[in-house]
Amino acid sequence: MSAAPLIELSGVAKTYDSGTLALTGVDAKIERGSFVSLVGPSGCGKSTLLRMIAGLIEPSAGAIAWPAAGGERPTDIGFVFQDATLMPWARVIDNIYLPLKLKGIAKKDAEPRIMEALSRVGLSDFAQSFPRELSGGMKMRVSIARALVTQPPVLLMDEPFAALDEFTREKLDDDLLELWASQKWTVIFVTHSVYESVYLSERVLVMGARPGRILQDIAIEAPSPRGRAFRESAAFVGQCAKISAALREGAKG
Amino acid sequence: MNESSRLLRIVVPIAVGIAFLLLWEGSVRYFGIREFLLPAPTRIAQSLVENFGSLMGSLWITLRITIVAFFLACVGGVGLAVLFSQSRAIEMALFPYAVILQVTPIIAIAPLILIWVGFDHTQLALLILAWIVAFFPILSNTTLGLLSADHNLRDLFRLYGATRWQVLTELQLPSATPYMLAGMKISGGLALIGTVVAEFAAGSGTSTGLAWRIVEAGNRLDIPKMFAALLLLSLLGITIFFGLAWVEHSLLKRWHESAIRRER
Repeated sequence: MSAAPLIELSGVAKTYDSGTLALTGVDAKIERGSFVSLVGPSGCGKSTLLRMIAGLIEPSAGAIAWPAAGGERPTDIGFVFQDATLMPWARVIDNIYLPLKLKGIAKKDAEPRIMEALSRVGLSDFAQSFPRELSGGMKMRVSIARALVTQPPVLLMDEPFAALDEFTREKLDDDLLELWASQKWTVIFVTHSVYESVYLSERVLVMGARPGRILQDIAIEAPSPRGRAFRESAAFVGQCAKISAALREGAKG
Repeated sequence: MNESSRLLRIVVPIAVGIAFLLLWEGSVRYFGIREFLLPAPTRIAQSLVENFGSLMGSLWITLRITIVAFFLACVGGVGLAVLFSQSRAIEMALFPYAVILQVTPIIAIAPLILIWVGFDHTQLALLILAWIVAFFPILSNTTLGLLSADHNLRDLFRLYGATRWQVLTELQLPSATPYMLAGMKISGGLALIGTVVAEFAAGSGTSTGLAWRIVEAGNRLDIPKMFAALLLLSLLGITIFFGLAWVEHSLLKRWHESAIRRER
């Protein structure tokens, strides 16, 4: 790609106060509009890396630049946590309103955007529900709608579907792909599932632990749109095997 | 909970109460127990009617001080907790003193407060004493609640550039609400206890709340009136408790685990 990358990581490292080296020497470029997964075992620093990109953790060394966004980190990054992380005292509509409310947008003006975000995740009928009245998968959709409502340039997802059952998870994977195809934002997706990373992304960054680092940068070949046929194809299995092998290699070293 | 078991929860305690009163009345009559040892329930009721005016006046005084002290305890407890949550330095500096106020027996400081405030302002002294007893549970519970906000939600607020004020009002205070209400339920009862203890300590003449009626009736060996005043105090305490429990339930019923009734 000829245009400047959206995010450029150079020599990013993180040492915690306890002396633990969480990440070392991470170099990567994330292109605008791409879907990139970070895959690795527990403790490889993938969540730490994601939080550093979000600006929630400061790197101890190296730099994270945003060339395509004028150098500065945008202030409306979408972030989806492993738990839905909703405010239990607020209705669905108010949970999704939160990012806009914090920016000082009146609810009346925000409402069309909230309803659009809700309809995109298929929950238009649940605007007035409380989070506890929803299933795990529905809560996760609300969480995604909240991340989408600011129309973020980049969506960071930290193992968002890890706590869900497999059926719900596959459904949400498909919905996420559909959303991504229609909106073309940039997605950085952290997962410990090799299958999920291959199914979703254009590029997989395979990470290793102790210290956390990027082992391989693997491009995924897949038909467009992806679907059940791809999930069951030989190409899919082959690429999963390739990533598993890279992970095993990293675990040895 | 089904209908019949809910009914039982009301009917059973009432039946026990009636049986107890009947036993009491019967024993007093059968054994000829004298009134200044143990008056019969009917005698207490009679005394309540005879002294209705003065007892109601005293009830009003005790009630007023309890309510104002409780209200100020809520304001002071929540206010201090918010202050503590904003600055670790302030918390470190002041929290030990809040604890000292709490652990010092109120009856021991009462004479001092009464002297400081002056015997012309007994009601103010009562208010201060009741407040000292009542504010701490709200302070400590609210402080805990403010610090218990989900850390991922905190990160989210930070990500969207929320101000300190927004974090406080949109995240910390709502998270702290269940804790705050639990503290208030304890403090409501404590405000009444504080008022009664302070009235005892203040002694004669100037304060004429229910506690003083009890002392006065005791001195005159008017035990039925003593019981009548005691009855009113209990009713007051029960009303405060159930009132606050109702407030808690209606505020939390839509979202908090503690107030949600599950089907079994």
